[in-house]
Amino acid sequence: MALANDYNSVMARRGEIMKKSVGIDYTKFESGSIAFDYERMMRETGYSLEEIQKIQQDVHVGNTPIIELKNITALARKCAKPGYGARIFIKDEACNPSGSFKARRAAVSIYHAKKLGFKGVVTATSGNYGAAVASQAAMAGLKCIVVQECYDSKGIGQPEIIEKARKCEALGAEVVQLSVGPELFYKFLLLLEETGYFNASLYTPFGIAGVETLGYEISMQFREKFARDPDVVVCTNAGGGNLTGTTRGLIKAGASTQVVAASVDLTGLHMASDTHFNRKSFTTGHTGFGMPFSIWPDRSDVPRSAARPMRYIDRYVTITQGSVFYMTEALASLEGLEKGPAGNTSLAAAFALAQELPEDQMIVVQETEYTGAGKHVQPQLTFAKSNGIEVFFGDPKDEVPGKNIVLPSHPSLIKVKDQDLDQMRKSLIRTAVNTYKVTPTEEDIVFLAEETKSSEEFVKQALAEL
Amino acid sequence: MVKKGTWVLIRRTILEPSERAPQVPDDTKKVPLQMWIKGYLEKDAEIGEEVEVITRTGRKERGTLQEAEPYYKHDFGKFVSELQVINEQVREVLFGGDE
Repeated sequence: MALANDYNSVMARRGEIMKKSVGIDYTKFESGSIAFDYERMMRETGYSLEEIQKIQQDVHVGNTPIIELKNITALARKCAKPGYGARIFIKDEACNPSGSFKARRAAVSIYHAKKLGFKGVVTATSGNYGAAVASQAAMAGLKCIVVQECYDSKGIGQPEIIEKARKCEALGAEVVQLSVGPELFYKFLLLLEETGYFNASLYTPFGIAGVETLGYEISMQFREKFARDPDVVVCTNAGGGNLTGTTRGLIKAGASTQVVAASVDLTGLHMASDTHFNRKSFTTGHTGFGMPFSIWPDRSDVPRSAARPMRYIDRYVTITQGSVFYMTEALASLEGLEKGPAGNTSLAAAFALAQELPEDQMIVVQETEYTGAGKHVQPQLTFAKSNGIEVFFGDPKDEVPGKNIVLPSHPSLIKVKDQDLDQMRKSLIRTAVNTYKVTPTEEDIVFLAEETKSSEEFVKQALAEL
Repeated sequence: MVKKGTWVLIRRTILEPSERAPQVPDDTKKVPLQMWIKGYLEKDAEIGEEVEVITRTGRKERGTLQEAEPYYKHDFGKFVSELQVINEQVREVLFGGDE
């Protein structure tokens, strides 16, 4: 008898579909309460750093250059008080085969899928990860389906996502495009069931372990060049995998670098709203993903996400859309480099953060991505204007996401906004208790302290406040 | 008439507004969840007809025929004067003036 394919029936089968398509029995790591054994999951289902280096080397991923942005640094120093303005570097992840750091995640997922004997892979992403999976699947000779949220109900597509669809198709993938809505996951499950392909999720242990080499390389490259680790690493934060993997790699290198998460501020825009969808100029690296995925990482497409950013964030800042656009143009004009939006989010943040630090410190923007038609600032600003978004010069603090884009009238106006990490930690603890509907055990308290990079005292206090 | 075997774009409603997930915001609940997918047309058909296609991975999908030999129309946008201003301003701040 054919299985029922209505929304509720398919969602009810999600557990078994996932288990078959990821090949991980997550129940092994569960405590039966809030806690689960994160490190054991990473150890037993992932790969060692050395294995991953080998896997990635074989498919031309990683070992990307570090570039010092001397003119951007000089510009930051023009805006900072005397003696301030740390040296700004970028790790040029756009040099990876698919044009972004996501190739690191995809390389390991595809390697694993191939090893397990899957004939193809499915991935649900509107981002660079789709192109990364398509690229790696092409090399491995696996079939590939990319499921994208691309259009609003009128069929108008975000130009950046359309470009990503083009790239996926160019690399041989089948692209399934959907209108706005979280039910993308429903179609994704149906495709997994129909094809029996591997779920190349962004959030599996192998995907995240794939990013560890990024952090490790940063440390090694700085030690070789400057005989020490950088002082600050800035990661553009959305689903949390980039930051989690990078920081785990830094830790494996023995670095004690400060890790700063940066997201584009899209406060007020609802990510599942049909009418808000095309009123934003960033499709990822923004607070619409960054905040919910930090506060509750297990909202992803696997039972337990390996991306758990709150374990690793030292500081969380937001930056406006207009500020990122400004820095993107500054990067082209002053450094002769055209790069895509996600990496430039942390670059804009780093530009402001560098001004807080003395000149002898070093700050690294840990990714760049490719740019091109649709992704570039010019089509994005053209699209924003055509959607009635006002674009003008002024003070970025007056920017209202979905209403206007304020381009800084002077680079000294580019500032980050600090997020209250303790509030975010408390939100995570509250969400955990509400999700599992249990009285937290001693083990849960230890787990939540690790999850929030806080202490057992902090967790107990937060629980008492509920 | 679009000939059998042509590479085409189709569109289909996956969930009607009444079938949408409970957590979806109100504006999204008013509209269906739609899918666009490309494949090789199974039979000769006119634009707007219900058709079947074979996708790149060999799956069968059905939907309304939208376009034959679809191509990408995204581009580098129009001239954005603000970007020219920024491009010149950063050079002026860094290298220009009397300092």
